[in-house]
Formats: sequence, structure tokens, C-alpha cells
Amino acid sequence: MTAYPTSPQFRENARAALADGQLQKALGNVRTNFIAKRAAVADRLPEFEALRDQARDLRDHVLAHLDVYLEAYERKVIESGGHVHWARTAEEASRIIVDLAKSRGARSVAKGKSMVSEEIGLNAALERAGIKAVETDLGEYIIQLRGEAPSHIIAPAVHLNQEDVEAEFRRVHTWLPKDRDLSEPESLLAEARAELRAKFLAADIGVTGANFLVAETGTSIIVTNEGNGDLSQILPRVHVVVASIEKIVPTLEDAAGLLRVLARSATGQEMSVYTTLSTGPRRADDLDGPQEYHVVLVDNGRSNMLGSEFEEMLRCIRCGACMNHCPVYHAVGGHAYGWVYPGPMGAVLTPSLIGVDKAGHLPNASTFCGRCESVCPVRIPLPKLMRHWREREFERHLSPAVSRAGLGLWAFFARRPALYRFVTGLTIRALAWAARGKGRFKSLPLASGWTAQRDLPAPQGQTFQAQWKAQQAKQRKRS
Amino acid sequence: MSDQNKAGTEVRVGLLVTCLVDLFRPGIGFAAVKLLEDAGCVVSVPSQTCCGQPAFNSGDRANARAIALQVMDAFANVDYVVAPSGSCGGMLARHYPELFEDDPALSARSRAFAAKTHELVSFLVDVLGVQSVQAAFPHAVAYHDSCSGLRELNVRDQPRTLLASVAGLQLREMKDSDVCCGFGGAFAVKYSDISGAIVSSKTACVEASGAHTLLAGDLGCLMNMAGKLARDGSKIEVRHVAEVLAGMTDAPPIAAAAPEKA
Ligand code: SF4
Repeated sequence: MTAYPTSPQFRENARAALADGQLQKALGNVRTNFIAKRAAVADRLPEFEALRDQARDLRDHVLAHLDVYLEAYERKVIESGGHVHWARTAEEASRIIVDLAKSRGARSVAKGKSMVSEEIGLNAALERAGIKAVETDLGEYIIQLRGEAPSHIIAPAVHLNQEDVEAEFRRVHTWLPKDRDLSEPESLLAEARAELRAKFLAADIGVTGANFLVAETGTSIIVTNEGNGDLSQILPRVHVVVASIEKIVPTLEDAAGLLRVLARSATGQEMSVYTTLSTGPRRADDLDGPQEYHVVLVDNGRSNMLGSEFEEMLRCIRCGACMNHCPVYHAVGGHAYGWVYPGPMGAVLTPSLIGVDKAGHLPNASTFCGRCESVCPVRIPLPKLMRHWREREFERHLSPAVSRAGLGLWAFFARRPALYRFVTGLTIRALAWAARGKGRFKSLPLASGWTAQRDLPAPQGQTFQAQWKAQQAKQRKRS
Repeated sequence: MSDQNKAGTEVRVGLLVTCLVDLFRPGIGFAAVKLLEDAGCVVSVPSQTCCGQPAFNSGDRANARAIALQVMDAFANVDYVVAPSGSCGGMLARHYPELFEDDPALSARSRAFAAKTHELVSFLVDVLGVQSVQAAFPHAVAYHDSCSGLRELNVRDQPRTLLASVAGLQLREMKDSDVCCGFGGAFAVKYSDISGAIVSSKTACVEASGAHTLLAGDLGCLMNMAGKLARDGSKIEVRHVAEVLAGMTDAPPIAAAAPEKA
């Protein structure tokens, strides 16, 4: 597994990603498929925009009363025979789950896809305790085989091409016939399913995340397209739900409202294939289900975000639309961001969770094109929140000295219009003269950041304000 | 046309020329003046430097506020503030109120100021009701929707409406015209190689459109795309949409040399 976080090396990560041909090929799918599918499904639902407003308002309401709903949820889980564990930090959360597993004598854990389990480093913690964690989501399974972290919050292996997956399966599944046909996505899925089935059956504990936790019923909801979530929570003896505290919704109906925007925003589906609700352990007359049901509620920095300028980020329902539409994500992929959450949502969330001193590049590496905000189902103003991180960095003098000095010098002139006109007037004429006959610069001292990638168009000559002034003076003379 | 609107009063427009147009391509400023005057406005150019966006987007709120105040003072006496840029227009119309939201006195003032600020082409169409221009440009053009104009100020149909009235002009919509060109202000320099990758995707779409000229409403994006096209040896010309709408296309395109004088 990658040593997290590599966010401080964002620049180097990005450079490597840009030079990686296989990765660039895989990213082409993000650029086309996700976007077209979301647009089509959104167009088909006239009330989609209104649903987004409702989703935003609902999430805001929950955040304003988070303590109330969390306590209500806890009561319901206990009533239905489950247990609730509160974890303030990532370490605490992992320890709770590891201790649970150890005390039940577990040797293997079947996992459904869960970003928060990545956040708390659960697999590594289990491994240290000698317990095997088996990822049951196809994408997660693939990257686990490769020893990689997810590169996307809903499509963890989106950085891979079909041929990469085929090669990985041939490398690992050595007990299968060498001449088998793996040329279709379906054959890959079938092979993974067959391999995973045995592991499901052997698992002592199933760990899943949660898309929503319902306060009125104590239910946790997950959506998947493979049904692996169902198996992870039904087959093993113990089911552990690990979820961050903001996943709460008041009622089942509220959850239904969010589900309507979630899948549409995420994959362009009207609904995910499987929506699985689980409430407490198996009751006497249930046909299946776990004997024990535990919920680990993870804070890990979120309560600090409440009431701060970053609170709106907690509205996030992890659909991935922001990264699907992000030109920077399209260029460098998810691993470059260097921690669990990539793309625009990661650029806001990661500094909150691991510190802006480590993740400072992320909110800066954005053009502020605003496409993320325009598709976010809960209307999180992502560029604005990234800008707030830039403000914190500026206040704490974390931004690079050179750019601070440049900005300071520029602001000095920008606040003195007469001096500004004088200095820019001279500079611009000198530049225009230097570029005479060419119209552009291929390189220019102090502009290498620009000219590394493209020519710098030369100024036309005198500034507009100088010409305007001369023109007005002439007109006045005439009249 | 007269300097009067339907109500018979003068429409006084202050032109926020924008720092890039002021310094790099004053011709766009003069095109804006012509378009506004043709539509019956009285145009003034108050003393100005920049809208403050570089400070704002770098997290330097103190300087951003100081510059914003300077702009609001300079343009206090006009009916409208108009900029040939969705990015600077968006800064005034969307972000000035954010800068002063915790200051009771300035909050109201910045919101009133924001309400009278417009991007040039949308101002012509949406506020002044202009539906056509007197200009000719006998070429196929592609139009890039710059991000701030598109997403902060809903500039999308207005430039297309006016371009449709330009004699001889043929609009070739390109793929992903609403996708960022990778400029992003300081981003283009700070994360130069990512910006380079994004602008490459953009210029590929421009090339594929078969257009003779690429147009957009923001000089920052135009300099980025023109610089990339020039670097790659492309023959495609690049201009601000106002130059074409005003029929002021004698100057060499962006990043191109003036023709040799005989
Ligand atoms: S920030 Fe918005 S778009 Fe991005 S993952 Fe969260 S909900 Fe989806």
C-alpha cells in the first residue's frame, strides 16, 4: 500500500501521472463516460435541479442538529439489538474494529467498499493484528491485489485499463487455466466473483461502510452495483458498519430523496443496482443475518468542521461527480492527490482531515473553473471552500515565499493607480518593443512558468488607459 | 443611434477595461467602447488598475478588499460597470459581496455595486436588448465558453446570438466548448505542466472543429489558448469576441506578428 499521505509531493505525483501513458488512457474513460451519462439522466428528470436544492437543505438541516440525530440513531441501533462505538480519531476507530475482531477470534474479514475504512487505515491495522482483510468490491479487490490505494471515491480502480486488470488476474490467480479467456469485462467479473465466494464463506466478520445512517430506524444503507455489500453483511457472524458521523439522515424518506440524486450524479444511473438496508442483528424469525451488529461512528476531525467556514463540505454524499467533471482530476487522476479523497472534494476535505500544512497543494491546484460546484448534488461551493484554505495558508504564511513576494509587489502597485499606470506603461512598451515583428515570446525572464508550456502573446503597444487618455485630450481640444 | 435609452435618460457605463486588456490588448477595450456606444451608452473609463482577483484567489483578503473598495469608489458615479471579461465581471458581481459580507455598511454597498456590474456581451443582449451587430467576418469560428462567464454570469447564448448576426461568419461549435482551458490565473504558472495538459486537450478540440478563428470573452483564456496554438505551430487565429462583434479585426490576432510593412 502507498505510504499515505503523499499530498506534500503533489507536484511530483502530478508530473509522474502526466507522463504515465496507461494512466492517461484510463482517464479518458472518466472524461467521457461519467459526464455524458450524468448529463443524460439529469436531462430526463425535470425536477432534478429542485431535488438538488432539497438535498442541500436536508443535509444542512442535519448538520445543524447533528448531535440530536446521532443520539436518536444510537438509541435505535441499541433498541434493535446492535452496539454503537464512538471513535474520535482514525486510530481509535481502527482499534475498536481490530479489538472486536480479535476478541471474536476472527481470522479474516470480508469488506464492502468503504472510503472511511481507507481513511482510518483499517486494512493495515487488521494486517498488523494478523487478520486478513478481503476487499469484495471488484475495483477494491483489484487494487488490493496490486497493493494500491483507490484513485476515485466510487470507482477505485478507474486508473486501470481492462488489460491492466487482466494482467493482474493472470499474475495472481495462478491456479486457473492459463488459456482462459479474459477479454471481456464480464469474464473478469465472473473470475473475481468465483474467487471471492470462498472468501465470503470463510470470513468471520463483515465490514461495510454506509451511504446513509437513518436516525428514525437505526438503519444503515449502502448502495452497490455488484451486491457484494449484501454478502459482506449477511454471511459472516458479525457485521460491523463503519461510518463517519455526518452520514446521518433523519428518516427513510429523507434517505430516499438523497438516493434519487446520488446515483444520478455518480454513475448516471437512476438507482444503483443494489440498495441494502440493515438494521440490527438477526432476529429470531429472520432467515439470515449476522449474530452481532456493530456500528463504529468516526469523527476524525469532522466535529471541528462544524461551525467553521468548511461546514458545507460535510454535506457531501460521496457521489464523485466533482472529480468526474474536474479538468485537473482528468489530467492527473486520483493518486496524485496523495491521500484517500481526490478531486475537488478531496481538495477541501483532505486539508481538514490531515492538515493544510500537508495538503496545501490540493486547494491551490485548481483553476476555479466551477464545474464541480455546477454538478454537485448537494451544491457544495467547492471553489469557495478551496479559496478559504488558500486564505488560511496565506494567514499562516504557508504559501511559498516567492509567490507571496510577487503578490505583495503586485498589490503595492495595484493599490496606487497613478504609479501603476506609470510603471506598467513603461514596461508594456518595452515588452512590445522586445517582441516587435514576432507578436509573442517563446521565453522570457520571470515568465518561465508560463513559457514552459506555451508562448506568451506580446502586448500590442501602449496601454489602453494611456491611449484612452490621449484620445480624450484630443477630443477635448477639438471641441 | 442616440445616447438615450427608451426612457430618454442617458445610460452611463463605466468600462472596467481589465488589467490584461489594458496592458496586453487595448484593442479589445476600444472594441468594447464601440459596441457600447453603438448601443447608445455614454462610456467613461474611470482610473483603474485591476479588480483584485489575483489577491482574492491567493487568499489575500486584505489586499483584495482594499482593491475592491478602490474599484467601487472609482465607479461610484456610473449606472453600470461593464467588463469585457466574465472573470473580472464575476469578481465584481459575485465575489465583492463575499468579501464584505461580514461588514454591515459595505455589505449592502457591495451588493448594490454587484447588481450594476455586467460582462460586456451579456450586458449588450440582456440589459440593452441588442440582437444584432453591424460587422462582417467571413470565417468559420469556434467559440470557447470561459468558465467564470459561463458558470458565474450565465454567459452562453448571448455571444452566439450576436455572432449569428455577423455577416459571413459561420459558427462551428467545438466539442467540450464549456470545459476549462487550464488558465486559472496563477494556476497556469504555479502548476504549469497540469495547465499545459489541460490546454492541450482544449486546443485539440479547437483544431478538430475546423475553425479558422477561435473566439472567447476572456483575454486570460485567450492568451493561454493562443500561446499554446502558437507553440504548436497552428494556423488558427485567436481573437476576443468583442473585436469581431465590433468589426475591429485589422490588428493582428493574439500572439501573431504584425504583417511586414512594405
Ligand atoms: S462534493 Fe458534491 S460532487 Fe463531490 S463527491 Fe461530494 S456530493 Fe459528490
